[in-house]
Amino acid sequence: MAYSAIKVIKEALTGHRGWKPLWRRPEPKSEYDIIVIGGGGHGLATAYYLASEYKNKKIAVLEKGWLGGGNIGRNTTIFRSNYLLHENEKFYEMSLKLWEQFEQDLNYNAMISQRGVINLFHSDAQRDAYVRRGNSMLINGADAILLNEAKLREKCPFLNYDNARFPIQGGLWQPRGGTIRHDAVAWGYARAADRLGVDIIENCEVTGFDIQNAKCNAVRTSRGRIKAKKFGVAVAGSSSAVMANAGLRLPIESHVLQAFVSEGLKPIIPGVITFGAGHFYISQSDKGGLVFGGDIDGYNSYAQRGNMAVVEDVCEGGMALMPMIGKARLLRMWGGVMDMSMDGSPIIDRTPIKGIYFNGGWCYGGFKATPASGKCFAHLLATDENHPNANAYLLNRFEKGYMIDEKGMGAQPNLH
Amino acid sequence: MKINHPLLGPRNASEFTILGDAKLLQRPNTPERDQARVFYEYLYHRDNPIGQHQELWFHEQGDRSWLIVSRDTLTHEINNVELASNVIKKGQTQ
Repeated sequence: MAYSAIKVIKEALTGHRGWKPLWRRPEPKSEYDIIVIGGGGHGLATAYYLASEYKNKKIAVLEKGWLGGGNIGRNTTIFRSNYLLHENEKFYEMSLKLWEQFEQDLNYNAMISQRGVINLFHSDAQRDAYVRRGNSMLINGADAILLNEAKLREKCPFLNYDNARFPIQGGLWQPRGGTIRHDAVAWGYARAADRLGVDIIENCEVTGFDIQNAKCNAVRTSRGRIKAKKFGVAVAGSSSAVMANAGLRLPIESHVLQAFVSEGLKPIIPGVITFGAGHFYISQSDKGGLVFGGDIDGYNSYAQRGNMAVVEDVCEGGMALMPMIGKARLLRMWGGVMDMSMDGSPIIDRTPIKGIYFNGGWCYGGFKATPASGKCFAHLLATDENHPNANAYLLNRFEKGYMIDEKGMGAQPNLH
Repeated sequence: MKINHPLLGPRNASEFTILGDAKLLQRPNTPERDQARVFYEYLYHRDNPIGQHQELWFHEQGDRSWLIVSRDTLTHEINNVELASNVIKKGQTQ
């Protein structure tokens, strides 16, 4: 399916009946070189990079539901690279650079908008921590600008600067951060991968792995047994359940994270703004809805919906930050299942079983990582070596004591 | 979610905090063979099932008791609630 202005005009005049599906619906073959399990953002990006950069033939993506029906369809569409630790910052900056090239590389409109991300600070100590983080970002080739209160007031006059408990003193601004249309990310990767010959097989749930002598030869699926040399698992919230089929336990818990969107409003919020004193972040979609979210509910869940206590908590955070949003009505809310790792950082690594590779533990930072995750996972699958920008995301780092503890809070499955 | 506290009756889950997998009660003994490995498994490899899950909840804004709650992670339905102290005592007498 190719797009052009002439095609758009022709379809507009003929009732939009000439558009074709963006990818094929192939039957699964009996054997592939590499099978990617999970047809979400990370899985599709992995398949795309395997086919485009590593020139692998005979690749399949197996998806238990419909394409892009998991967390790639249930996020708040933000990308940024504002991390402190080197191991994270180099990876997420790689991802941001890939986002900047996404539309050109795939020739697909994803409505990318580098509208900037501002993290607010509310105390001298927090400012100092943000200065340090900003410097870490600059060292790793990202962009970061410290805004004092006067400069922030110019950009965001509507914030509650004089909050008695958490006065806003300024913010750390990453101008290159922003938002991108999440569904278009899945569709863009799917179309590009399909064109390169990748078989995207929907409604094909993996129910087991055929393992002999600690080596995996095939997967059992709801559409039959499929052989391959290598299997890449990128299933986000279902990581523990899928890997349990291979007899592996993971340092991961699955939690529910809720997100919200208000009715459509005229443009009011210039970029992405995060509250530094509570857990609340907000942006405004192109349709005008205020898109916002907060903390995970806190208990293990696979339900894709949360409870009211967190809804109240998130809205209280929003009211503390910008009381004007109290006038807006909530239109929709939803939940996604997050694979929360024990240090808040992801895993892209081999597993103890030969032939099975794992990509997961994204907590609730997975969306912005999509392109780099795909590229690094493809690198690992194709070359059997960890990509230099993801070489700290090891499965055994908890056992060896090399945690990537971005928040400095130790072993908890509830960190970012 | 409402948690049916064995002593206080149904209480709103927002009065509680959760620690997670109830297997955290089964702390390995020290010293033990292969100790580093055993403690790694204990600390990091927690149960994360789809369906029934035994977990530790703390009634922080109530009587400050620890409870073991059996909850379905797919429906959030709570099937059984016991005082953790009672479960530990039962375990010791068996």
